[in-house]
Amino acid sequence: METLSEKILGAQAGNFSDKRVDKAFCHDGTGIQAKMIYDEMGAPGIANPETCYVIYDHISPANTSQTADLHKELREFASRSGMHFSEIGGGICHQYMAEGRILPGEVVIGADSHSCTLGAFGALATGVGASDMAGIWVSGETWLRVPESIAIYISGSLAKGVEYKDLALAYVAELGMDGATYHALEFLGDSASEIPMEGRLTLSNMVVEAGAKTGLWYADDVTREYLGRYGKSSSRQEPDDEAVYSEELWIDLQGLEPLLAVPHRVDTVKPVSELVGTSLDQVFIGTCTNGRYEDLARAASILDGKQVAVRTVVVPASRADYLRAVNSGVLATLVGAGCVIGPPGCGPCLGAHMGVLGDGEVGLSTANRNFRNRMGVGGSYYLSSPSTAAASAITGEISDPREVL
Amino acid sequence: MTLLAGTGPAVCIGADIDTDMVIAGRYLRTKDRGVWAEHAFEDLDPTLATRLRGCVLVTGKNMGCGSSREQAVMALREAGVLAVIAPSFARIFFRNCINVGLPVLECEDLACHDGEMITYDCTIGTVNVGGNSYICRSLSPRMQEILVSGGLVEYWKGRLSR
Repeated sequence: METLSEKILGAQAGNFSDKRVDKAFCHDGTGIQAKMIYDEMGAPGIANPETCYVIYDHISPANTSQTADLHKELREFASRSGMHFSEIGGGICHQYMAEGRILPGEVVIGADSHSCTLGAFGALATGVGASDMAGIWVSGETWLRVPESIAIYISGSLAKGVEYKDLALAYVAELGMDGATYHALEFLGDSASEIPMEGRLTLSNMVVEAGAKTGLWYADDVTREYLGRYGKSSSRQEPDDEAVYSEELWIDLQGLEPLLAVPHRVDTVKPVSELVGTSLDQVFIGTCTNGRYEDLARAASILDGKQVAVRTVVVPASRADYLRAVNSGVLATLVGAGCVIGPPGCGPCLGAHMGVLGDGEVGLSTANRNFRNRMGVGGSYYLSSPSTAAASAITGEISDPREVL
Repeated sequence: MTLLAGTGPAVCIGADIDTDMVIAGRYLRTKDRGVWAEHAFEDLDPTLATRLRGCVLVTGKNMGCGSSREQAVMALREAGVLAVIAPSFARIFFRNCINVGLPVLECEDLACHDGEMITYDCTIGTVNVGGNSYICRSLSPRMQEILVSGGLVEYWKGRLSR
């Protein structure tokens, strides 16, 4: 009679629970804040440094001397404290942690809002701010409110040219930007067990765009096979038939078509077919939503032998994804088509560098947020799947990937 | 120490205000909190930052959605905001408010205009404005303890010295 959140946190929805944190991570942006706060707290040391990770992804490599100084300070701190450290180029924190570092049932806290991504492993993974991270460094623990849960039942299978990103945009549109605030989402239904880990990560990644605390998948054969590749064994989790959900959504993949979130809200979603022909200045393929190897491969399959008509920035989510793309020839296809490849990390997503838009420019991005001015002051961003992004890169305007596949 | 009750003129803004809008990403790479206060809400309304000192910020639903950046709540605290009141908050923003010692109240159906005097009390969970009294969702004892300490830094300093 319990949801997965209730099982992991050991209390009923609505209660507060003090939990030992199994994995805690931050990045160069939140990490330096957490370090300053930690210094002020005056603790004798980090409680469990072996469970803590500092991962450089946000402005990586450093764009200015000021950023470089902050990087230097945090790098030295991470090294002194005995925490794990991932240097520039290792990848986005969520993807880096997804590469065999998270197990089902763990409590995972990241100092980044998209830490919900790791719910894909059946871990209670959620984001906090810098002070909370410093508190975890000091104590190894944090308090959490046990969330109510919303079930999303998935049936059917995707049509050609449609991706799990389109499903993510569909549920955000259905729930709205705050429709799941304080809640956990659970992905269930007949098709859930067939969705590969890369799709689960994309779907869990975007739950925070509806305000959710985490996006949970019950660990199954897909989880076991995926973690097995990293030499990790994992146990299954079974959904409870009588678990209580505050809301239930049913989505049939069969009826899904390529979608776009239009400027400047993630929950304002329209079919690509309605916006075909909208002129673009830039396409960006990457991020913790859609920068994985499979995303790059889908884009490459559309761009193979073609040339992009607008500047197209591709940023692999991690070094492992980058290396797979190099070894499989995906990267050669992308470069040959005229794409610019950035180092693994967040790229222009947070608006710091590496492909932000100019005033009045219009971009198409595979990221998770299109807030006003976020990826360049005065710019506007549409959000889509990598397939839609690649099809649109060829024409320089919003295009339907089903037309070119 | 943070005072859990107070009075100030309301500054009212809209719903679904994301933390990029509270403090833009281009101002994050500094340790100078004054920079965040100076540029708070710059992309929403460039005049807003100058009106925040001593105010009670009243917003629409889903306040502080988006990025986890704590600089957003630090900017508000540094700019002199006394408390933030909204029908609902994005959960990380809500935690961050508690953690920097910025009183935060969840209050439905608050009728209020710019400049009206608002009195709030986090300990009993009430807001009073225009002769009306509103009940807010209560904070857990732990949240109140952190808030009254002045934030998580002071809370941990206190616990570590015991």
